[in-house]
Amino acid sequence: MLRFILGRLAVLIPTFIGVSIIAFSFIRLLPGDPVMLMSGERVMSPERHAELMNQLGLDRPMYAQYLDYLGGLLTGDFGSSIVTKRPVLDDFMQLFPATLELSLCAIILAVCLGIPAGVLAAVKRGSWIDQTVMGAALVGYSMPIFWWGLLLIIFFSGYLGWTPVSGRISLMYFFPPVTGFMLIDSLLSGQAGAFKSAVSYLILPTIVLATIPLAVIARQTRSAMLEVLGEDYVRTARSKGLAPLRVVGVHALRNAMIPVITTIGLQVGVLLAGAILTETIFSWPGIGKWMVDSVFKRDYAVVQGGLMLIAGVIMLVNLIVDLLYGFINPRIRH
Amino acid sequence: MKKLTTLLAATALASMMASAAWSKTLVYCSEGSPEGFDPGMYTAGTTFDASSRTVYNRLVEFKHGSTEIEPGLAESWTVSDDGTVYTFKLRPGVKFQTTEFFTPTRELNADDVIFSFERQYKEDNKWNKYVAGASWEYFAGMGFPELIKSIEKVDDLTVKFTLNRPEAPFLANLGMDFASILSKEYADKLEADGKMELMNQQPLGTGPYTFVAYQADAAIRYKANPDYWGGAQKIDDLVFAITTDAAVRAQKLKAGECHIMPYPNAADVSGLKEDPNLTVLEQEGLNVAYLAYNTLVAPFDKVEVRKALNMAVNKQAIVDAVFQGAATVAKNPIPPTMWSYNDAVEDDKYDPEAAKKMLEDAGVSGLKMKIWAMPVARPYMLNARRAAELMQADLAKIGVEVEIVSYEWAEYLKLSSDKNRDGAVILGWTGDNGDPDNFLDTLLGCDAVGGNNRAQWCNKEFDDLMTKAKATADVAERTKYYEEAQVIFKKEAPWNTIDHSLVAVPMNKKVTGFVMDPLGIHRFDGVDIAE
Repeated sequence: MLRFILGRLAVLIPTFIGVSIIAFSFIRLLPGDPVMLMSGERVMSPERHAELMNQLGLDRPMYAQYLDYLGGLLTGDFGSSIVTKRPVLDDFMQLFPATLELSLCAIILAVCLGIPAGVLAAVKRGSWIDQTVMGAALVGYSMPIFWWGLLLIIFFSGYLGWTPVSGRISLMYFFPPVTGFMLIDSLLSGQAGAFKSAVSYLILPTIVLATIPLAVIARQTRSAMLEVLGEDYVRTARSKGLAPLRVVGVHALRNAMIPVITTIGLQVGVLLAGAILTETIFSWPGIGKWMVDSVFKRDYAVVQGGLMLIAGVIMLVNLIVDLLYGFINPRIRH
Repeated sequence: MKKLTTLLAATALASMMASAAWSKTLVYCSEGSPEGFDPGMYTAGTTFDASSRTVYNRLVEFKHGSTEIEPGLAESWTVSDDGTVYTFKLRPGVKFQTTEFFTPTRELNADDVIFSFERQYKEDNKWNKYVAGASWEYFAGMGFPELIKSIEKVDDLTVKFTLNRPEAPFLANLGMDFASILSKEYADKLEADGKMELMNQQPLGTGPYTFVAYQADAAIRYKANPDYWGGAQKIDDLVFAITTDAAVRAQKLKAGECHIMPYPNAADVSGLKEDPNLTVLEQEGLNVAYLAYNTLVAPFDKVEVRKALNMAVNKQAIVDAVFQGAATVAKNPIPPTMWSYNDAVEDDKYDPEAAKKMLEDAGVSGLKMKIWAMPVARPYMLNARRAAELMQADLAKIGVEVEIVSYEWAEYLKLSSDKNRDGAVILGWTGDNGDPDNFLDTLLGCDAVGGNNRAQWCNKEFDDLMTKAKATADVAERTKYYEEAQVIFKKEAPWNTIDHSLVAVPMNKKVTGFVMDPLGIHRFDGVDIAE
């Protein structure tokens, strides 16, 4: 098992370097530069532009900038934002818990609803249940997130008044962050009603962010289950007279889970991409919105650092998924 | 143990806040996060609303709802006869805010003023580069490094600015956000503690509200400054709830989650007006959108061609389509709310037939041209692509074939100022300080060719008027020069002036005392919420 883990870790090193090159060059391929945007619509003189480029070290050869950047990364220095002038890592650490909290809630919702829905559709293949679940999954998968979020806000917050429109917690609650996770911090705050408020603010963004992963997981579970349900050992289990729930829940589902877990792992990337829009609609102070703003402002350090850190998170999740395979299917370890 | 202590401290602070929470609180759904809290380093209105207009003051201030200058931290001033020496008498007894992170021991004095300016241009000043990438773009953009000869302390409450040349807009410039006055005592403390970067994160000034906390990308909290020299505020707390999407801001306002919102979508305004709990304030913005020809390139170097193109475009149709009426057709390069606006100027009349003939008379046929459409929405131009399409259709009627081009925003700004640019550019301007010079000379002066002067238009007669207007502080005389300049502008037609947009601020009807500002500033001093 240790060799398996080390093998996986070794693969991460070239991936990390590859990502650093892509992150570094991607933002520089875009036209415009951060200095030009500093002065707004007012045109900066070429002399002033050159002076600021020099001051920020952006006039040096690309390879020199990259090597400096890589050197910084190795010492944990992701640079400072050209806009906010704050260290990138500080901003990331401040904002990432919000994204993580929302993503975890979304993935939990997607898994808790997607897997049973997929199993049900597979077991009742061809029935109206199957068709309804798959139809809903198709709609969910094709849903434009921005439109969907706005629709939910207008209906649930505007029309029914059941949920708040946007934010993380009612503004009447104010406490310094301890963990960065609002659900936990609201409990720790001891303020009456804070936790309930935090939950109410989570509902709509969670639903919006979970929609696409839920649809994907339901479809993947259904097709994996259909394949497994046709296997000899399932037929054997059934012919032995095992209860249908046991056949499906224990014998079939466990084996159908491997592709489903892969899918769930891959959804982390989807969640982070979806978080960009979801966070914008719901004014959710996470890294999605932070990254988009930085791209528009050509804030090189933030885009580079943010991409590296996000890639790191995705690599970590994939590693965990790989390790999970090993636990579920011991043959993979060898 | 450290974690436990943090936890206990957090819990204690939380319970303390809980008891104080939700006193008379005004919630403003702001449109974005501030880049920082040191207004000298930034150029965005979002940042200024959150820093300079809440926490800080300046030597002179713009009167609420106007571009007129009134005393701020300086209670009076004198200007030398040659217009190069400005002596300011500071208001006595002005206290800096007392916060959890700093308790001032002295009142405002000349050292604070000198510190606030010198850090922006003296490279040997420790505060000139106090954070990585610190730059002072407004200070540089307004030409202050070349303009200011010296700033001297005459006594504790008197400061003397000596300029290298007379500059009539200087006073108005001092009312701008970059000229906010910071506390030198606080700066010294931060320097001694080795925490200079906190100047940009924990602001401390003399303004109506005291900074409490910034929850990144979520909210900014302030409380009323009990020591404010301008008098006590009627609300206890002010919260900026950062909500970037305009449609969501409107929903929050309707749901009662905030009291005031800026920059609604034009399409949402009528719905907001119908809500019985809301009211929508509207005012002509201090802005202009224009189509700038490149007057250095044929055939746009000919006045007749430019005039003909202007006459072929139905500007009212653009205003109706792009702004749903929430704008007025522009005839001058400065907005009607600005002093010296020349209402006697007659706009080029929409007349496609006459335009076609004029073009033929100028010997131009089969003209093909490019129109540059901005890739972003701005208050003065919500949809440049749509405006360009309407112009394209109008110009086709007189036989001019238009190709619409666009570039990424930063690239657009850069390429559009190129002297050899191919095509006419849609762009605009929002005033910085209410002075006509800030439009006329900044956008049309000879010095701005290759820069902000997108028409690349240099007219000696016009430029001489700009120089004369700068050299005198007499407003009546300046008005005369600027009115004359607008006549020359219209005759020469370097731009097709498109529109001046209306700016709307929807708010809850319970809010009182909020005044719209022509400069686009959102100020909350004097605002109250009816019980």
